This record gives sequence, structure tokens and C-alpha cells, in this order.
Amino acid sequence: MPANRFNAFTDYGVGIGLRIPHYKHIFEKKPVVDWFEIISENFMCDGGRPLEMLDKILEQYRVVQHGVSMYFGSAEKLNREHLKKLKQLVKRTQTPWVSDHLCWGSVDGRYTHDLLPMPYTFAAAKVTAQKIRETRDFLEVPIAVENVSSYAEFHVSEMTEWEFLTEVVERADCGILLDVNNIYVSSFNHGFDPFHYLNNIPAERVAQIHIAGHSKYRKYILDTHDHPVIDPVWKLYARALQLAGKTATLLEWDDHIPSFDEVHHEALKANRFIQQTETAIA
Amino acid sequence: MKRSKPTDSSSKPKPPSPKRQTLGELQDLQRLMAKTVMRPLTPAAKMNPCWTDGTPTRNVVAGFIKPNDRLTAFERLQLYNRQYWFRLLDCFYEDYPGLRAVLGERKFTRLAREYFSACPSASFTMRNLGQFLVHFIESHPKLVAPENQLALDMARLEWAHIEAFDNAAETPITPDDMLDADPQSLRLGLQPYLTLLRLNYPLDDFLIAVRRDQGLRHEASNAMENQRKRLPNKFKNFQRSKTIYLAVHRHRNSVFYKRLRADQFALLTALREGSPLEKAFAKAVESGSAARFQPKQITKWFQDWSALGWFCHRVEAKSK
Repeated sequence: MPANRFNAFTDYGVGIGLRIPHYKHIFEKKPVVDWFEIISENFMCDGGRPLEMLDKILEQYRVVQHGVSMYFGSAEKLNREHLKKLKQLVKRTQTPWVSDHLCWGSVDGRYTHDLLPMPYTFAAAKVTAQKIRETRDFLEVPIAVENVSSYAEFHVSEMTEWEFLTEVVERADCGILLDVNNIYVSSFNHGFDPFHYLNNIPAERVAQIHIAGHSKYRKYILDTHDHPVIDPVWKLYARALQLAGKTATLLEWDDHIPSFDEVHHEALKANRFIQQTETAIA
Repeated sequence: MKRSKPTDSSSKPKPPSPKRQTLGELQDLQRLMAKTVMRPLTPAAKMNPCWTDGTPTRNVVAGFIKPNDRLTAFERLQLYNRQYWFRLLDCFYEDYPGLRAVLGERKFTRLAREYFSACPSASFTMRNLGQFLVHFIESHPKLVAPENQLALDMARLEWAHIEAFDNAAETPITPDDMLDADPQSLRLGLQPYLTLLRLNYPLDDFLIAVRRDQGLRHEASNAMENQRKRLPNKFKNFQRSKTIYLAVHRHRNSVFYKRLRADQFALLTALREGSPLEKAFAKAVESGSAARFQPKQITKWFQDWSALGWFCHRVEAKSK
């Protein structure tokens, strides 16, 4: 399953997040990178250096957009101005798909700028799926929603997280950006088996996979994206590939960012698992 | 006659089905959680133990958040509450290093806390977090006293910097485009990224030094942050008062502060407000430096400003 309708039938390999501290290296050394993921909001401006830098990247690299503020799970309606700006960026980048999170973060027009966890209810699944459909129809590109890491659960939930993810993506007929690090983080914080999660989602809808590092404390794990990927997360990644097949993979590293080469080297470790999967299939 | 009870199975009492959440209840839950997450932290950076009505916050939170075997509901939500404030304050520290230097760490943090409590973000992008700050400082002078004017000037300059960084650029008008225009009716627009400021303190060089010390602005991401970043605060004792006129603008995608004369400022301000060219000249003359206001000099100003790309068609003219 190297490509599917949720990633526009592309066959992207292993990419990394585009981050400002790496610009100089990228423009000077022009390293070979399969693709870059950009945070859409960093480029949803009207002009200036952010767009100049993006255009320079687009001259040489494939870019996929990943958002942090669409808030599909917020009970309020979609922000039309946000959507218009996002569509302008989609046209600029020619991103084959757009991803954002299965979460909420705004209420009554006020933004928390956080990825807040969903109550896993049918009402929430319905409104979330409706907004994903509206977004896809407006942007005219496939949408993939990412499972978030979380630190709290609601009494009102009517199903598990993986059942909720399945309910939403099937109602919306959209893809999944499967973050295996987030599954690991949440499994520790909420006490579930991460492999059970993986085994119970519609793998055929996985458009992309995220890998990342995190920070472990005595009583909880924070999803900090400031460390290398740990072995248990690689094991989850390997299982995800077994289920979904070779899939576009992206390493996130957002804080205490090391050199470009170090980040890229960490990301390319994914190729070992991809090759194992392809060998097994062959 | 005594009526017997119906006996068919359909009339048997059904087991109570679990009550399902409605859309309205989802919205109420999100309002309650957002209120909790956005409430100011205690001085020790903990979640406020007392709810808005005086009841314990732990009771309110326990009503909708589950505990687990390691953390109470209060402790779980506190992670989000702390992260909300750390994220906003970090962004504010990066966007307003000059104001922080002017006010000092404690006063700046208090201003930020009061500001975000009164004006929570109304935009999908954190770039706009400070869009109401100037107005907030004007209406809450005690928060920045006694550095009121200095703080206000700095907030205006730093917001102008943000606008100059990534506001739109319209197609520039060149001097050749203006050759045959009638100055009595010609109305020029100024670029959206250009802000004209009259400041009571010469803050331009000061802010350049502060920003150089600070480094690059961070980007949005979806990662949690372990701790707040701290900046050196060595510019705290800046006090000299002197009126300056500034154009905060962008050239080749870098932000610049260009000093203006009073008559230049008056001329450009009049143009921005929609005055035709001839009337704008008259306002510049009224600003008090008519003796130095020579046609050759004016031509040079316009050449310089055109070379910087400052002039564009007015927005209302374009829409017509």
C-alpha cells in the first residue's frame, strides 16, 4: 500500500519538518531530502520573509502541509477566513494532502493555541467529521487527521480513542496521519496497550505516519518533540508499517533542535523498517 | 373491572441506555474546559485551587475529567493550564523583547497575564496575540506606571515591527506612474507593511540592540514545551525622552526603522489618510518646516520612497 487516495496516490519517502534553524544549511548544502513538512500557520501570512523562504524551498523540494489550528473537533463552525488563507497556501505549495489534528482548541471565537483532547462521543464524532468534509470540499485536497497525545480523559466519553478515530475518519471518509509517538505517550498517560490501538484502526486509511521523541516524567509523559525516537516507538512504527504498508513518514523535532544532519539521520532510521516491511511483503 | 397489565415483550421496561452527549452539551463542556485551561496560574505557576464562585477547583474539574492511578483530575488538567500560559508568555517574550526590557521581568509578566486574561487570543495564529496590546496599555495605565509613555511607545513600535515583517505588499507605484497625474486629485496609497510612528522616545536603536540580543522568532509547532525560555534583561534602564518620527517598513524582506523629519511624517500621514497629493503637501508645510520645503527636495523624497516601494494604489481605488 505505497499510495492511497488519502495521500493523493503519492509515494513519498521519509521527510523531516522544515524549521528555521535549518534554513541556512538547506540553502547552502542543498541536501537530498524526500520531502519537508511545513506547519501551515507559519506561512499563512500575506507577505515577507516567511513566503520568500517557502518559495525557495518549493523550487527544490516537495512540501506537505500540516496544520495546528483547524480544530476540527471544536463545536463551533469553521473559520472561513482561516480556510481561505489555507487554500491560498495549498495553491502555493501544491501539497498533495493536508493534515491537521483530531482535537479542539477554540470556543466562542477564542483560541487556546493548544491541541485539546476530544471527549469520545458520537456527537463529537459527528460534528468533527462534518467539518473535515467541509474543509476537504473547500480545499479540494485529501485531508488526513492526526491522533493527538493527551493528558486527560473525560467522564462523558462513550468509546475508546481508537474507536473514536475510526468513527470520525469513516464518517468523514478521510485519511489518518498516524502519530505512533502520540499513541505511545497517550498509552502511558491513560494506561492502554498501544498495539491494541494500532490493531484496531482502519489501516487502509493511513496517509502518513509521524514519529518523534518525548519527555518522560515519573507520573506522565509530555509530548515535547525534543528527543530522538525511543525503541518502543520504533516498534510501534514497525507494526504500523506491517498494517498499513510503506507509508510517507515524517520525523518531528520542534524544540532543542539539533543540526540538520542529526535530525535527518534520525529520520532516515525509518528506512530500515520500511525495507523490512517491503522484504516481508515480497 | 380491573385492567390487566399488558404482557407483550415490547412493553417490558428496557434497560436504561447510556445517555449520549448532545452537541449543546459538547459545546458547554468545551466552554468549561477552555475556561479552566485559560484561567491565570497562581504565583507558583500552579492551577488556581479556587474556582470563580469560591468552590474548590478540584471539585469542578473532577466533574468532567477522570483521574487515573497516578494523577488526580486536577493534576491532569493542570498540565494543560500551565502549558497554555507558558506558550502564550513565551510567544509574548519573543514578540515584545523591547517592552520586556523597558518594564522588567516582573512587571512585564504581570502585564502579559492581565492582558491575556482580558483579551484572549481571537486569531488562529499566535502572530496576532499582541493586536490589542496598545489599546490595553492605554486603558490600563497602572500596569505600566511609571514608564507609561515609554511602554506605550515600545508596544506601538513592536507591533509595527510585527506588521512590517509579514504584512501584504501591494504592487508599488513608480515615479513614472505619477508623471501625468494631477496633484490636486492624485491619492497615493502606502504599503500595508509600512507603519508611521511619532514616538516620545528614540527607541529605534534601542530595540535593534534588544532584538539582536534575542535572536530569531520561534515558529508555531504542536509540541509541549518543558520550560519557559528566559532572556537577558540588560536594557532595563533606558530613560531619555526625545520626539522622533519613524517609518517602520520592509525592504528585501528585512524590517527597517527609517527616521523621518516632522514634515515628511506629516506628508506621509496625510497621504495615508487619503489626502490628495497637493493637500498632503499643504499639511506638511503646516507642520512647521516650510522654509526647507523645496520642490527639488520633495522630488528627492519621492524618489527615495518610491525606490523603497512605499507607494501603491489605494485599496478603495483598487476595489472600484
